[in-house]
Amino acid sequence: MSASAPTLAEIREIPLSERGPAPRNVVVSFGFWLFLLSDIVIFAAMFAAFAVLSHETAGGPSGDDLFDRNRVLLETAILLASSFTCGLMSLAVEQRRLSLVIVWGLVTFLLGATFVGMELSEFHGMIMNGAGPDRSAFLSAFFTLVGTHGLHVTAGLFWLLVMFAQVLTLGFRPMVLRRLRCFSLFWHALDIVWIGVFTIVYLGAH
Amino acid sequence: MAEPIETTEDQEAGAPREPAGNWQGYLVGLVFAVILTLASFWAAGTGLIWGPGVPILLAVLAIAQMGVHLVFFLHISSAPDSLNNILALAFGVFVVALVVFGSMIIMANLNANMMSMPELMNMQR
Repeated sequence: MSASAPTLAEIREIPLSERGPAPRNVVVSFGFWLFLLSDIVIFAAMFAAFAVLSHETAGGPSGDDLFDRNRVLLETAILLASSFTCGLMSLAVEQRRLSLVIVWGLVTFLLGATFVGMELSEFHGMIMNGAGPDRSAFLSAFFTLVGTHGLHVTAGLFWLLVMFAQVLTLGFRPMVLRRLRCFSLFWHALDIVWIGVFTIVYLGAH
Repeated sequence: MAEPIETTEDQEAGAPREPAGNWQGYLVGLVFAVILTLASFWAAGTGLIWGPGVPILLAVLAIAQMGVHLVFFLHISSAPDSLNNILALAFGVFVVALVVFGSMIIMANLNANMMSMPELMNMQR
């Protein structure tokens, strides 16, 4: 690798076979993207199970009886807003502005935590009303799919806390920058899965 | 500045920087996503649309919103750097479609070929 930083145009001049290994940030992003896609395949299996079982209520409550669309719209808005603030956080990271990173990171964390809280209270209300995952195949599939998404968001919240600690103690070193980039990919991907959840589970219910 | 560790392979050590998004890009993505989300909820609740058309419209809106998220939030583009990402995405979409639609078609066929419950009971006697 040459000492001076080559520009993108100079790199394009070099034949692909002579460019050497891709820079590490490209490789890491690609590897994490593969992980996200495999995660989405897991969700696809759960979506398939839900689609097959969504009418098998075994005489219990159906989606129309259980779901409150206003609540789901609010949850969707919160998750979308957190995706936006996560984007603003990664912009602040690009500009290496620590205070902005912390502010947008905190907003993202609070929005994500509110989302998880709303989901937990929904689950709690359903289980108290006898509509727990043991009631019917439909509810088993529902709790598996939506619960797995909720677990992913919770894991993202813990990851964000760890990133706070790393940014504050280690600063913006390359390792931390890569992890922050992976975190934002993860958070945006969860929002993409949620689009499928609210369309198929909450709006597709008939 | 570059740390003593991991400098040779890192962004700071001469690799071209990924084109960073800007906040206008995120805002455009947010506006599109909000419009598509509201359209989905409206379409599901309104009686103005022909019933059987609603799921199709919802699917179209959802796929459009996923596209918006991929382009504006995840920055998946047709740039040469992200060619591998696009190929992986195409394969992912293929597997997802295979799993979801394959399961639905097979289970619908099984349901259609299933004997009704009373008939099954009669056979066991």
